[in-house]
Amino acid sequence: MSRALDSMPMHIVVCIKQVPDSAQIRVHPVTNTIMRQGVPAIINPYDLFALEQALRIKDSADARVTVLSMGPFQAEEALKKCLSYGADDAILVTDKSFAGADTLATTYALAAAIRQLDRQHPVDIVFTGKQTIDGDTAQVGPGIAVRLGWQLLTYVSRLREFDAAAKTITVERRAEGGVQVLESRLPCVITMLEDTNEMRFADMAGMFRAERYEVPRWDRSAAGIEDVSRIGLKGSPTVVAQVFAPKPKDVRAVTIEGETPRDKADRLLDRLFADNPALEATLLDHLETVETAK
Amino acid sequence: MSDAPDTARQIKKPKRALDPKYANYRGVWVYVEHEHGYVHPVSWELLGKGRQLADKLQVPLAGIVLGGTDAGIRALCDEAARHGADLCYLVQDDVLHDYRNQAYTKGMADLVERFQPEVLLLGATTQGRDLAGSLASTLLTGLTADCTGLDIDASDRTLLSSRPTFGGSLMCTIVNMATRPQMATVRPRVMPMPQRDPARTGEVIEHALGLSEAEVVTKVVDFIPDAQADKPQLAFADFIVAGGRGMAKPENFGLLFDLAKELGAEVGASRPAAHAKWVEADRQVGQSGKTVRPKLYIAAGISGAVQHRVGMEGADIIVAINNDEKAPILDFSNYALIGNAMELLPALTEAFRERIAAAKAKRGVVA
Amino acid sequence: MSEKFDVIVVGAGPSGNAAAYTLARAGLSVLQLERGESPGTKNVQGAILYAHALEKIIPDFRDHAPLERHVVEQRMWLMDEAQACSGMTYRDEQFAQPPHYRYTIVRARFDRWFSEQVREAGATVINETTVTGLLKDKNGKVVGVQTERDGGEIRADAVILADGVNSLVAQRAGLREDIRAEHAALAVKEMLFLPRETIEQRFGIGEEQGVVIEIAGRITHGMVGTGFLYTNHDSLAIGIGCMLSDLRRQQLSPYQLLEGLKRHPSIRPLIEGAEMKEYAAHVIPEGGYKALPRLYGDGWMIVGDSAGFVNAVHREGSNLAMTSGRLAAETLIALKTRDKPFTASNLSAYKAALDGSFVMKDLKKYAEVPSFLHGNPHMLGTYPSLLNTAAREMLMVDGTDKRTKQRRIFAEVREKRSLLGLVGDSYRFWRAFK
Repeated sequence: MSRALDSMPMHIVVCIKQVPDSAQIRVHPVTNTIMRQGVPAIINPYDLFALEQALRIKDSADARVTVLSMGPFQAEEALKKCLSYGADDAILVTDKSFAGADTLATTYALAAAIRQLDRQHPVDIVFTGKQTIDGDTAQVGPGIAVRLGWQLLTYVSRLREFDAAAKTITVERRAEGGVQVLESRLPCVITMLEDTNEMRFADMAGMFRAERYEVPRWDRSAAGIEDVSRIGLKGSPTVVAQVFAPKPKDVRAVTIEGETPRDKADRLLDRLFADNPALEATLLDHLETVETAK
Repeated sequence: MSDAPDTARQIKKPKRALDPKYANYRGVWVYVEHEHGYVHPVSWELLGKGRQLADKLQVPLAGIVLGGTDAGIRALCDEAARHGADLCYLVQDDVLHDYRNQAYTKGMADLVERFQPEVLLLGATTQGRDLAGSLASTLLTGLTADCTGLDIDASDRTLLSSRPTFGGSLMCTIVNMATRPQMATVRPRVMPMPQRDPARTGEVIEHALGLSEAEVVTKVVDFIPDAQADKPQLAFADFIVAGGRGMAKPENFGLLFDLAKELGAEVGASRPAAHAKWVEADRQVGQSGKTVRPKLYIAAGISGAVQHRVGMEGADIIVAINNDEKAPILDFSNYALIGNAMELLPALTEAFRERIAAAKAKRGVVA
Repeated sequence: MSEKFDVIVVGAGPSGNAAAYTLARAGLSVLQLERGESPGTKNVQGAILYAHALEKIIPDFRDHAPLERHVVEQRMWLMDEAQACSGMTYRDEQFAQPPHYRYTIVRARFDRWFSEQVREAGATVINETTVTGLLKDKNGKVVGVQTERDGGEIRADAVILADGVNSLVAQRAGLREDIRAEHAALAVKEMLFLPRETIEQRFGIGEEQGVVIEIAGRITHGMVGTGFLYTNHDSLAIGIGCMLSDLRRQQLSPYQLLEGLKRHPSIRPLIEGAEMKEYAAHVIPEGGYKALPRLYGDGWMIVGDSAGFVNAVHREGSNLAMTSGRLAAETLIALKTRDKPFTASNLSAYKAALDGSFVMKDLKKYAEVPSFLHGNPHMLGTYPSLLNTAAREMLMVDGTDKRTKQRRIFAEVREKRSLLGLVGDSYRFWRAFK
């Protein structure tokens, strides 16, 4: 984990999004509208794993961390919070013309902003969360990588090693049924898997710094965006055509009666295996696999 | 199980013309996902759904297979035909031996540009979402992620993709009027598995990758299968036994581990239980924890708050153990045992142990 | 590098905000520390805003503060457990004329706004930071605070404690004792969402107009306590509170009481179809004058709920809080202008200012009320239910003559409470409230 002494520090950009805390969103049962009132805005929880990973690199190497977000002015709060944890700088990309952006248009704008940052101080790694909790698209990381022409490493659970001077990096990536170990090249875009680390507790100096930091706001031109047909509603092929309440799941639990706990348990299993004929074989197969793995 | 777009309600499609360059895009494609010789079942589920969509559009259904040069890869095309594909596009190259974003994106993008499908479906797996994200950005087309319902509006050939939004409290339907292909990733185990027809066959159209190993930057240096890992793997577990605040104290989680051992299951927890540090944080299931889709989910002492529900309601079968017959979890569980979890769990463990022993013996005899 | 301020204000509720705002406006360097994620997240109130207290701090607040409805009607209801309700309504056209003197507010929104004013006035506001203790010099003078964060020592010439009902900071520093159960009410509250038009229809009010319902009686199962229902723009705030000691004795949870209140036939139609979207519980210091702690010392002052400035009889708290915060700030400003140190003797001006204000005058007036209510469960249980019985008797036209009805009522009163007791209660009641 080294870089030539005479060179600039590494530059890590972390893309974050401010989202409504979806755990606290309720839908009105009659009007079917979303009741956003009083729902606190938080940093997308998945992005915190990305930020913490970036800060850990900064802990151990000469690195500068810039946090980047696209959103309304209120998103400043989220950026300030990142600063309190230890990020060096924050940029808010904000412009009325971004309204209505889907992920394609969003990544166009974010990639443009990262290019601007890259011109000021070459960027080595872009980190972001694997997805947001409000959109769940998981497309922003891949989209940025494609637009920048950088390597894409998604669902990363661990950075094994990296060498900023040699521009190499080795990561563990969550794949179906296992973990891929990938060797790649910087600059790259990494989306971090959840639960890969735990966000640190900001120190008092960080709190003061965040409170006093004036977050620069980049509008369209500051972000280096020329083609307005590719941002906002115009640049977004997908449109939400309908919002509706999910049909209540048509199951209502069948309560299994019985005299004793054991009696109830037996009756449950009778019912379970009778209603789901494939379950027994699935369970036995599964147990065999578990045994074999041991 | 799937949440189809609610066509009874009005769908407000924006007035946007399709870019003329996409006018001739036809056909429904399904990406056949495999890794280390294992085909993800969502591929077959999608062929089943894709069949319906293709029929509505009156176009062929194609399976897309990318992979290394080993013989097993071509066999996937035959299997795709048995699950409903009319034809398959096949790209084989040693460069594609392992899944890598750059190589697979190139292979897929070339296929799309050459053969021009109007709909492209992938599984919402780590591979499918990785590939779909970069592919959509490369093709500059729209992508709807993690869908739970798909339909076609035959009047203008649009794909109606439905997905949960706002933490699962609402559904939305997303359309792409402007570009093609209309891409969607679909959650595994949402679409029903189609009937496999061993007699069915289909044409295979081969295509070259046109990328050398030297051009691929990222190298796969190792693959560690999950069975060897020692951390909880809830997201991929088929059997989960989970506990909540109703377990009363951390020691009682031992009862869950006892049952989990019988079933080869992972142990999960609700947010309150995880926050109280009764178990490790990576066992938390729900909005701020893991989303799981096991075949069987046994929830003991979990009330069923929305935060938990969105993480586990995709389970095939849910059994709730709760002392409150009014607990919300009963509204989306299949079976309920009402009573003291501390008594019911050991009883259930015993019952499973005997049942499994008997089934094993029976299977031994049959084999 | 250690930070140093003229004043540190601990807490961002109404009293802390009032203090920090007043100080910052006067040009003092102010740090405000709040443990919640943002100001207001830990705050719970009905909530009614009395204009007079805020007016003295931000005279033009009506132009930009997020106010819900101005109150044009007050109802006082006596309710039994499950059936009957009697009461009175006071509606005044004068209340409908600006400037309005009382508003319903949603604290989360109001506190956010108030905090923005504090920031704009020039104070440094830091959230999510818990103060764990006070820094003192060798003479015992408070010279700053210790926070839970690394590098968490921050210095100041004075510290204003506005950290809420438990005031753990004051307790740990030995400046105050923990609140006693018989001095604390536990209140629970729900926000029930309804369309604006529905609220206006059900309560017979116009746009921006609001109704306040204060509730007493057997609905609290004879415990010292009250309930309330306030109208916001598109929600209703409903709540009930009882003394902690009573709840413990009767082994009742306030949630049960609130459910009872919501089911009561006089409330149910008002909240029909509404959806609960917010739920909160809060401890209210109701010990009154006799339970007040020491209010100042060398380098420190205590304000708002932390000091116990709540008028339980009139359900007032936030106006006392804001006023005490302002008076504490003005005390410091005056000393600073005259270049005088923040010693205990100089800070005694704060106590003098409080004594001269409605805060202390009202608290003294009702000093006997808390102990009176504790000794006289009839006040909240028996009498209200007798009143309802009486009303039922008189209003039910069933062929019984009125004299017989009156006799029945009197007999019931005699049965529930002896004449002597009745006389005694009246006397004590008069003494306490006079």
